[in-house]
Amino acid sequence: MIQPVLQSPVLWLNSGGALPTLARNIGLVLVAIGLFGLFLAVMGRDALDAYGKVFDGTLGSRIGLGEIGVRMIPFVLAGLATALPARVGLINVGGEGQLHIGAWFATGVALFASGGPWVVTIPFMILAGFIGGGAWAGVAILLRYWRGVNEVISTLLLNFVAILLVNVFVFGPWKNPDGFGYPYTANFDPTAILPAIGGTRFHWGFVLPAIAVVVLYFVIAKTRWGYNIRAIGGNPDAAERRGIPVGRYLMLAMLVGGGIAGIAGMIEVSGVQHHLRPEISNNLGFLGFLASWLARHNPIALIGSSFLLALVVVGGDLLQFSADVPSGASNILIALILFMVLGFGQRSAARQ
Amino acid sequence: MTTFWLVIKGVLTGAVGPGISVMYATYGEVITERSGKINLGVEGAMLMGACFAFIAAAETQSEAIGVLAGGLAGGALSLFFAFMVITRRANQLATGLAITMLGIGITSWAGRSYVGVSIAGLDPIAIPVLSGVPILGEALFHQDILAYIAYALGPTLWFVLFRSRWGLSLRAVGESVEVAYAAGRNAAVVQYGAIAIGGILAGIGGAQLSLAFTQSWSEGMTAGRGFIAVALVIFGMWTPLRAMAGSLLFGAAIGLELQLQTVDAPVSPFYLQMLPYITTLVVLAIWTGATFRAMPEGLKRVLKEGG
Repeated sequence: MIQPVLQSPVLWLNSGGALPTLARNIGLVLVAIGLFGLFLAVMGRDALDAYGKVFDGTLGSRIGLGEIGVRMIPFVLAGLATALPARVGLINVGGEGQLHIGAWFATGVALFASGGPWVVTIPFMILAGFIGGGAWAGVAILLRYWRGVNEVISTLLLNFVAILLVNVFVFGPWKNPDGFGYPYTANFDPTAILPAIGGTRFHWGFVLPAIAVVVLYFVIAKTRWGYNIRAIGGNPDAAERRGIPVGRYLMLAMLVGGGIAGIAGMIEVSGVQHHLRPEISNNLGFLGFLASWLARHNPIALIGSSFLLALVVVGGDLLQFSADVPSGASNILIALILFMVLGFGQRSAARQ
Repeated sequence: MTTFWLVIKGVLTGAVGPGISVMYATYGEVITERSGKINLGVEGAMLMGACFAFIAAAETQSEAIGVLAGGLAGGALSLFFAFMVITRRANQLATGLAITMLGIGITSWAGRSYVGVSIAGLDPIAIPVLSGVPILGEALFHQDILAYIAYALGPTLWFVLFRSRWGLSLRAVGESVEVAYAAGRNAAVVQYGAIAIGGILAGIGGAQLSLAFTQSWSEGMTAGRGFIAVALVIFGMWTPLRAMAGSLLFGAAIGLELQLQTVDAPVSPFYLQMLPYITTLVVLAIWTGATFRAMPEGLKRVLKEGG
């Protein structure tokens, strides 16, 4: 499954079937949207009207575009947390947990070490988020290294431990005494907040995924590290024989991947919520995992798949109010898109 | 000291109730994973079971029909998974998570008008004599009918897996599709069957949750129990009897959590909720060799290649 990506770091640009693949995937997404429309019609809703409202409320308005941007940021980062380890053949299902620990670490900085100028606090929070997410991924990679525990299982299970660990703190020692009993921490100092842009909720946090995509793309496509990463992903045994320190690369890919998910957590608390609370993420890590699979672990394509998922999530929220569609219904469309692309995408059926 | 014993008694009597729904889902995932597939859609299948069992029971006033509907709903969702990963060869992990999202989406819609509705539900039935045994009797034999079926299912599934022709086929397919195929077995049919049974059992687990345990429906009420089942399958090393023990231990952790809250112990309940995950990780780390040998070969390939 991972093979096609690894053979070509810029799959969508320079492999033979790039354009047809893109066109095919867009077609499949449209089929999924059509099927969901059919489902809406069966449930007695005016599907065309609903889609029109979604368009007006998302792509057709500044606020709506801002909302899509707000959702895209964590999807891209959590997606990279899956994509980078996937390049060396590791599967990181732990973005959700790494994101939570990153948010927890960053919140620690905001609550107990803020007050200085933002140019100090914000980078410190980013670093804390990175270290937190990386450490959580580090647990999984160390379990694999020392005891041979498979990382799919360890990262999956560590998600739930992380979510509960955050709960321990927001329901316990970090709960805001003036918060009317809500399990929230105190609101962050303004110097610990990523400011919003242009009257929307979209905020300066977008700089981080942008940098991450460019750097990872460049590193994988153009550097010696990237060459080695591709070699390991293609055939780890052959890479080992050629003297590439495979173990070190596996460890590094996982740590950096987890760290990037941790930054997503930092951004959620600093740019969106401005405090830490339970369900800070609402499956952002899992959705990022799915975005990465949709993009076949390609950093550039990940921007597209994150945009798509963000559009669906924001659109779903809109329909809840304007078309009497339950909030969870957008999950149906996300599932349909995944079934279409994973099950009927050009390369998926032929491989494995 | 008296408090201590009260807590112990409370844990034992409280252990079975929360464990049964997870026991069904874990049995189901044991069967699924024995065929060499891992279905992260169990959470979705449980939710489908909980939702449609409740709807059917509320509409027909029949709990039996409710359980049936729950099983069918879980099975139907899992057939989607089977089609995607067997026929379309889609990635199992991503497909499983998508299946869970599909379950969340469908049930949020279908169950919307049933939030707050009350039903007769499945009430505990005391087994004469046995339920009279102090502490343990009350814990084990004052339960709903689905709990008794779950006790019986453990040994039954063990027999089916390790002593029946179908079980042999299932395990052969889980070890190697190619070898099973060469031996004249249709791997795809066996895997479809295993995944469907896995989904039906998860659905019945969900039904137990909404019909017997909470006797109500609320959105997302499985709250991660499906993922606990995935953990318990590994904890139980892919055998039904250990899966049963694992589910009861999970129930005991929940029971302990409730007891500690009633005696106002200064321990965050969230630490106890971590137990199933941490225990499984510790088991994996300590008995690496044993778990690795117990894991079906087909599953090892999946986890290595992400297939």
